[in-house]
Amino acid sequence: MPEFARNLVFSALAVLAALLLGAVVLWISGYDVLEALGALALGASGSINANAETLLTTTPLLLAALAVAIGLRGGLFNIGVEGQFLLGGLASVWVGSHLTFLPGPLLLPVILLAGMAGGAVWAAIAGILKARFGAHEVITTIMLNYIAMKGVAYLVRGPLHGPGPIPQTPYIMETAHLPILIPDTRLHAGLLLALLIALAVWWFLWKTPWGFAMRAVGLNPAAAEYAGVGMRRTLVGTMALSGALAGMAGGVQIAGVDFRLVQEGFSAGYGYDSIAVSLLGLNSPFGIILAAWLFAALRSGAAQMQVDAGVSSQIISVLQALVILLVAAEAGIRHTFDLAKQKRRTATATGAVCPPITQDRNSSAATPSPREQN
Amino acid sequence: MDLAVFLALLAATLRLATPLILGSLAGIWSERSGVINIAIEGIMLSGAFAGYVIAEKTATVIGWSLGPLPGNLLAGSVAACLTGIFLGLLHAFWSSKFRTDQIISGTAINILALGLTAYLLRLIYDVGGSPKLADTLPALLSWTVAGKHGEIAIQFTPIMLAALILAVISHFGLFHTPWGLRTQAVGEHPMTVRTLGMSVEGIRYCNLALSGAIAGLAGAFLTLEQIGQFNEGMTSGKGFIALAVMIFGRWKPLLALAAALFFGLADAAQVLLQTRGISVPAEFLEMLPYLLTIVALLGLVGRTRPPAAIGQS
Repeated sequence: MPEFARNLVFSALAVLAALLLGAVVLWISGYDVLEALGALALGASGSINANAETLLTTTPLLLAALAVAIGLRGGLFNIGVEGQFLLGGLASVWVGSHLTFLPGPLLLPVILLAGMAGGAVWAAIAGILKARFGAHEVITTIMLNYIAMKGVAYLVRGPLHGPGPIPQTPYIMETAHLPILIPDTRLHAGLLLALLIALAVWWFLWKTPWGFAMRAVGLNPAAAEYAGVGMRRTLVGTMALSGALAGMAGGVQIAGVDFRLVQEGFSAGYGYDSIAVSLLGLNSPFGIILAAWLFAALRSGAAQMQVDAGVSSQIISVLQALVILLVAAEAGIRHTFDLAKQKRRTATATGAVCPPITQDRNSSAATPSPREQN
Repeated sequence: MDLAVFLALLAATLRLATPLILGSLAGIWSERSGVINIAIEGIMLSGAFAGYVIAEKTATVIGWSLGPLPGNLLAGSVAACLTGIFLGLLHAFWSSKFRTDQIISGTAINILALGLTAYLLRLIYDVGGSPKLADTLPALLSWTVAGKHGEIAIQFTPIMLAALILAVISHFGLFHTPWGLRTQAVGEHPMTVRTLGMSVEGIRYCNLALSGAIAGLAGAFLTLEQIGQFNEGMTSGKGFIALAVMIFGRWKPLLALAAALFFGLADAAQVLLQTRGISVPAEFLEMLPYLLTIVALLGLVGRTRPPAAIGQS
């Protein structure tokens, strides 16, 4: 079976198992499982509007998950997508409501670029801290998330407070809104942009020398450095690029859905969901497109499920965690599966005289313990 | 600053440092055996939730008490530890059995904890917050001083005391017992330990169970001793800050204790400044613990070195 199809089958199995476990949770909780799942399917894809809403949610998830994937490919675990998303949104909203002299067709790209810049700068901080001081990016990015949250909370109540009593920023210019794709729905052109970006990320990672250097650092930093890749520069660059995509997700939300920044509920946890999306998509742009749609479908379905069957939409986070655990476990299961197959193959080829040489660190065959020798 | 204010600051320091002391000890026991435990945040949150639910549901059932400590709160604390042990073992199982990247399995546990506690909270109590417990774990020791604005008391509550004692025990256990030396060996040279015929995985499972129990207790501190209530995501990064405390304390229990008290002091000062109506926006003051965490990670206070085999399966 080709690699791609195999991956698809394994990921589908992980999702199925997670859904099954989720159904068990619902059943234990005393809900009508069939009714709940029916509402889930209806909300995810039961009408034109449901489909549009699912695609609407796919957009930021796709961009944010690409951000996570870029980081992971370069050997960095960027958990700070949430904060970079916020900063991107903040930069976009500032530009969109201040540079009002620009005509719409010019303002829109400026808004999106501002979002990318905001996210890139915020992520680069973590990159520089790692390159210069060796501070682990997982903890620094999480701390930067909290700092971004507090900073935005301050800004929407203070200096950036728009008109009205609600803590929110002013609206961006109406001329700079992303165009609507399907009339009478909220689906906007950001989706097409996100798909283009996914293609660009694939091209960048696999067809350019920079992408190659980045992946080399992710796969084997020591070898990459030996081959002459500038470690610190690549590290900061990877982080900034990852942040730029996360910031763009924020910018697209501003220009396509929210049009201003509210303190609560702007990000709605896209930054955290994107980790699961990226892992489920096996950090490849095309896998991520499918995974982002699936998670978006779960999100819109969960909203319907909450209305129709009274199930708290928090069940989605549980499903996501299960998906991460199962996808991660599968990598291990496949590893041992492949190893066993390899062993069988070498065994038939060599007549099974010598123990197979494997990279398996835990293999007791390679290192007999003293007790076995006695 | 008069004595009363100083004592109030000291009391707040201890109170705010307790989850960090426990969290960093949980991190030390895990990481010293070579397993990165980024799941402490989630374990803390789950412990806080499990402890609260058990205490709240058994409040009318359990009539006994141990001295001044109500039985239902003790049962809650035990439930918090057991939840922590379960999640710690889950983390160990995933990273050793399936060779999952330890940071990924830790992140999954964090997301699971955040989602499941929020889901169950809605399921059981039908709201985003929970009813307040009738009482919290009372002080075992207290020291009262008369100040200008009434009496100020430093109260040593049970889990707070346990945290201080556990730090000392952990220091002794890690550096002066066969178990502690084995833990260090597994964290530095797992191959050597394996060659000696000991089970690396076995030692890691035990350490992760211990780590989980301590992190669960930190959660119980939040709900059963400090607030008496559970709120969604109430740990708000304390588990991650505890990891920074651990690094700041160079993976040594007593140094981590000192680091946690330093973090607690900074947090207490921040709260004090807020209540005194200082003209700096509250949001900036609330950023301080997170900024301090980043500064601690920069290694400006001397080189830090994690256990050699950390993160490897």
